[in-house]
Amino acid sequence: MNQNNGAGARKPIRVVLAKPGLDGHDQGAKVVARALMEAGFEVIYTGLRQTPEAIARIALDEDADVVALSSMAGSHLPICRKLAPLLQQAGLADKLWIIGGNLPAQDHDALRALGFRGIFPSSSRLGDIVNFIRTNAS
Amino acid sequence: MKPKDMPQDGPRPIVNESGIAIKPLYSAADVEASGGTAMIGLPGEYPFTRGIHPLMYRKQPWTMRQYTGFGNAADTNKRFHYLIANGQTGLNVAFDLPTQCGLDSDDPQAEGEIGRVGMAVDTLRDFEVAFEGVDLDRITVSLTINGAAAILIAMYLAMAEKRGYDLAKLRGTAQNDILKEFVGRGTWIYPVEPSIRLVGDTIEYCAKHAPKYSPVSVCGYHIRESGADPAQEMAYAFCIAQAYADDVIRRGLPVDEFAGRLSFNFNCFGNIFEQVAKFRAGRSLWAKIMKEKYGATKPGSMWMRMIAGGGGGGLTFEQPELNIVRGAYYALICALAGTQTMALCCFDEAYTIPSEYAQRISLRTMQLLIEEMGLAETVDPLAGSYYVETLTNQMRGRMEAIMSEVDAQGGIVKLIAEGAIQARVSSQAYQRQREIEEGRFRKVGVNCYRTEEKTPEMEFHPYRDDDARAQIQSLSKVRAERDPARVRAALARVQADARSGANLIPAIVEAVKAYASVGEISAVLVGVYGRYSEPVRF
Repeated sequence: MNQNNGAGARKPIRVVLAKPGLDGHDQGAKVVARALMEAGFEVIYTGLRQTPEAIARIALDEDADVVALSSMAGSHLPICRKLAPLLQQAGLADKLWIIGGNLPAQDHDALRALGFRGIFPSSSRLGDIVNFIRTNAS
Repeated sequence: MKPKDMPQDGPRPIVNESGIAIKPLYSAADVEASGGTAMIGLPGEYPFTRGIHPLMYRKQPWTMRQYTGFGNAADTNKRFHYLIANGQTGLNVAFDLPTQCGLDSDDPQAEGEIGRVGMAVDTLRDFEVAFEGVDLDRITVSLTINGAAAILIAMYLAMAEKRGYDLAKLRGTAQNDILKEFVGRGTWIYPVEPSIRLVGDTIEYCAKHAPKYSPVSVCGYHIRESGADPAQEMAYAFCIAQAYADDVIRRGLPVDEFAGRLSFNFNCFGNIFEQVAKFRAGRSLWAKIMKEKYGATKPGSMWMRMIAGGGGGGLTFEQPELNIVRGAYYALICALAGTQTMALCCFDEAYTIPSEYAQRISLRTMQLLIEEMGLAETVDPLAGSYYVETLTNQMRGRMEAIMSEVDAQGGIVKLIAEGAIQARVSSQAYQRQREIEEGRFRKVGVNCYRTEEKTPEMEFHPYRDDDARAQIQSLSKVRAERDPARVRAALARVQADARSGANLIPAIVEAVKAYASVGEISAVLVGVYGRYSEPVRF
């Protein structure tokens, strides 16, 4: 949550950026991580092969404002179906959940229904991701 | 434009991706200034700039080997037969992520990933089904497997042996390049040191028992996809290949007994001339390294044998039909550069694993070059071009400089283990993305010549939960039918050999023949070696 720290500066937005599942393609995730850091956000990049349980725990421990996933290998729906209830149980339902990667348009409604408010398929611009987080993370 | 007609301040400066300034016109003087013609030579002769064989495609066109595999072994077997019926001359097998990460289909971590990006393999039974009816003498098979490569190579050899093939004559390739998995692609399992030792085990074992089999295909490809420039791609791949060679030489195996079976896998998207020069330069540099540094004497030990044709980083999500055109140019590059094998990327692969239709287009693209365009008629047709020869010299110089820098910084193994190479290429990937978004690096359909037309419908590869359940059931059936005492004994030997540091392949071959699973064997190795822990550096 962004709070005024009394000195006029806002606490930076904290983003936990995770690579769920077994997919090892992390070029995109690392590029996005750099863009978010350059935009002034605090980024906790989890590295590869995170289970839904681990992602929910890291998001809670790190006091994340944003939970961001990067998925390139097609398993986004089964992963998000497992992760969404875990994030809710961890009390993170009010945080901003977003996902990027190889996400066919036909799956976007299902991802939104699960609670992922930002969906950024492969051709997305870094600036759009940054702006979306800035506007929607609170 | 002739030089004298140029405006006073000269044309717009252009620097290629590898950092070399490109002139508007080249002449013999440029070839001289860049190092002359001494390294050009003749095809089939040291330093092999012009090709590793004297007649190249005039004798035999490149092997056409599309990357394929999905679902279970039976689905994959059907696609193999479809491609072979369409004129494909090799197979390039894709495995699903659980297989690549050394997990069985019934592992909780495999849920949702079984058969998704490649074929699911749990036991030797899956290989028996996948290759049924494929003549392994006529169709060479490449296994795209890395972390679990020792197990899958053992499985392939066991399957071939069971079908009566003579291992002394069996050809084929495994990717088995674990160091690049730490840089990009990410299907590592064990820590760096034992992972290299396992690669060394496969090289040593094949040199002795399957001498025609290529146990390693060192990949610049994925390092390029992770953000490396073309010169870095090749330089880092050569550093990695040397790390494996060093491991095997430390065991006392002479270089000429294994170096001839090392091969390479490279990317090819980007500037046509830079790419062709990269391959020509790389061929001569690898020959020089093997001859001068390693004292190789057999020509085959000096050959940079390669597969190319992919360039995922060059393909676009926007206007995907343009990827067919890009692919045709990538195939042209590879043919002009003298590749041994082509696996041409497919237009739909930015979206999904390629459809049968997309694969056939890629296959036909290669066939067009051979049948209609004259690409298999004359060896190294760009040789003698002032531009290409100058660029070949300059690219070789860049690669040597990058390799010296790696050595000065402590060597490739140390730099990868620390995450330094990863940080370098990922920073470059970020810069490139910025350049694309700001329009400074042009991508047609992305930052110029965009269209509002709707993207044509893509045929998405289906994923069925039923198939995953069937794979798990078939694994259970194999487990129920195999001899448990034989499995236990074989796994105990894998463990003992991992602890003692003996070459592990004989024990793994025995285990796969007993129908021990990928996950079971890998778990034993994790028990001895531990798991890799990723250094995340920015």
